[in-house]
Amino acid sequence: MIERLRKPWPDHRAERTLGAVSLLIGVGVVAMIVFVVIRAWPIFQHNGLSWVLGGGDFETEVNKMTAATTNPPAAVFQLRAWPLIYGTVLSSGIAVVLGLAIAVLSSVFIVELAPARVSRVVIPMVRLLASVPSVIYGLIGILVLVPFVGNHIITTHEKASVQNVVQLTGAGLGVTIVILTIMITPIMIALICEALSSVPPSWSEGAIALGLNPLRAVRAVTLKAIRPAIVAAAVLATARALGEAVMIQMVSGGKTFSPKPVDGLVFFFEPLRTLASAIVDYREGVGSPALGPAVYSWALLLLFSALALSVTGYLVKLPLRKYQTRG
Amino acid sequence: MSTVAPPASSGRGRRSSPMSWRWGDRLALAAAWIAGISLCVIAAAIVLYMGYRGIQYLRPGLLFSRPQTSADQAGSGGFLDPLLGTILLTIIGIALALPLALASAVWVAEYGRPSWLARVVESSIEVVAGTPDIVIAIFGFAVFQLSLLAPFSFTAEGGGVFGRSFIAAGTMMSLLALPSIYAATRDGLQAVPGHQREAAFALGKTRITTIRRVLIPSVRSNIATGVTLGISRIIGSTAIVLILLGSTLRIETEGAIPGINLLRGTGSSLTTYVYENSPAGEGNAPQKAYAAAFVLLIFVLLLNLLVDRIGRAQERSTGLTVAGGVV
Repeated sequence: MIERLRKPWPDHRAERTLGAVSLLIGVGVVAMIVFVVIRAWPIFQHNGLSWVLGGGDFETEVNKMTAATTNPPAAVFQLRAWPLIYGTVLSSGIAVVLGLAIAVLSSVFIVELAPARVSRVVIPMVRLLASVPSVIYGLIGILVLVPFVGNHIITTHEKASVQNVVQLTGAGLGVTIVILTIMITPIMIALICEALSSVPPSWSEGAIALGLNPLRAVRAVTLKAIRPAIVAAAVLATARALGEAVMIQMVSGGKTFSPKPVDGLVFFFEPLRTLASAIVDYREGVGSPALGPAVYSWALLLLFSALALSVTGYLVKLPLRKYQTRG
Repeated sequence: MSTVAPPASSGRGRRSSPMSWRWGDRLALAAAWIAGISLCVIAAAIVLYMGYRGIQYLRPGLLFSRPQTSADQAGSGGFLDPLLGTILLTIIGIALALPLALASAVWVAEYGRPSWLARVVESSIEVVAGTPDIVIAIFGFAVFQLSLLAPFSFTAEGGGVFGRSFIAAGTMMSLLALPSIYAATRDGLQAVPGHQREAAFALGKTRITTIRRVLIPSVRSNIATGVTLGISRIIGSTAIVLILLGSTLRIETEGAIPGINLLRGTGSSLTTYVYENSPAGEGNAPQKAYAAAFVLLIFVLLLNLLVDRIGRAQERSTGLTVAGGVV
């Protein structure tokens, strides 16, 4: 048997075998979508698309689901997931916008402005930031940042102003955004730097020759040329931010609450729950008859957002690809 | 012998001094420097802080003693089991991902017919790469709860399949490592100049022999980079372990056959050990969490160095992206 495998294979058999093995991955992706849809189906059957709307009391609904036994009545399946969706969009949205600004600035710094000696230090540091596991970010968040914000930044007056609605401990939107931004910025920097350094230097040199200072030349020529790459970086970072589960679960306060912008600064101290962190919170209920489908429905929305984002990423990179083959 | 005036040393020619720029430009320049430097400072702060805490709390004994259930941190044992769990998961994950990724990369790069099928494989791997690990974890749970796959975990008394085991978690871990190994190998294969293949064909080698004897050996360092990146994703993943490995800190075997019972059993990894001992989990033993996180961070740093080592042989543009993607 082994002797037969060691002998050189006929070419057509090798091609077929390799092709079949590769297709397994495609089958796996289809299976993933099918499995999650099937498991989440009861929720959509009973709620329809109003699942995405608000209006329900999330924690009461989930508690009812947790208490349900086998063959639960239809009423148990009622669920409105808007608080989770709002929390996800809020935290990822702000983190991506902040991160994008930082990423563009520091990419320009790394590629165009910094002396070679400085960028030799900065690049490994940025790579390090990208590879720190999320649980370590979560640990630093929950043991260092959350107590610091809770004890020193939130004033007792601010705590008192919302004490009837929610308790402010320090865990919440602000800390979540700060850590999430640190986690996703390196990804964007990597993509933007790659694009920046692929732009022919003669382009910005031309602009400098026309009298622009180097910074303006970068802004007017180089950054404009890599706009698709910047959008693609933002898209990839959004996908990372949406799916971040464990870190957010650790530092977001573990309460289903929608932070309200009208509260002013307190907005940033209010707890939240995202789709991904809710899955971690209710992980013990994945196998239960009523809560299970709810957890799968959150996963389904995450899965579809990830799919949509990778299609978007592909589309925005199309003009870039064309430009690279031409240049 | 006439000497020619040397060309201006930098490609940019004479730089205008920032002191003569407009205020807006000077602000932007300052912002770029601040962004770049502060990312460095954050990365350094994380490493130094974790190093400080690690030296403070890490005792060699912790590495060799098993976790105990205890109310206080002094008696709760070390993290031998989580360490072994991480190693076991890495081995399973890479053992499954490597053949799959190699086969599909070779097929896509060297055969790739029909081309639409190759595109299907390519985009399914992109989907796998973009799917949040929490969704992969939930999907794995749905799969391994099938009664068909009951031998991979164990069947509870009521007839339900537990769906959590080292095999289940390791299989899903392979999906994390797959995209980086695939992309690294494919990029390497595409970079091999065509004349190497033609030379092999001219010697009468078949395609598959060329791949085995010429192409795979010449992309070994790419494969190594991909595997290293895959390992660092696997050891950093918390969500999959939380959901698919049960929540026992100790390794609990399942069944009587040695070896197999370990694979069917439950346990923990360094990441879940950190999580469970942080205030977010049940243990609330921050000293143990810091110590384990320090060990985890050292692993990640070593893997980072390894990627650097391997990558130094290959030419890279910015050093931020290596073959196999971001990070």
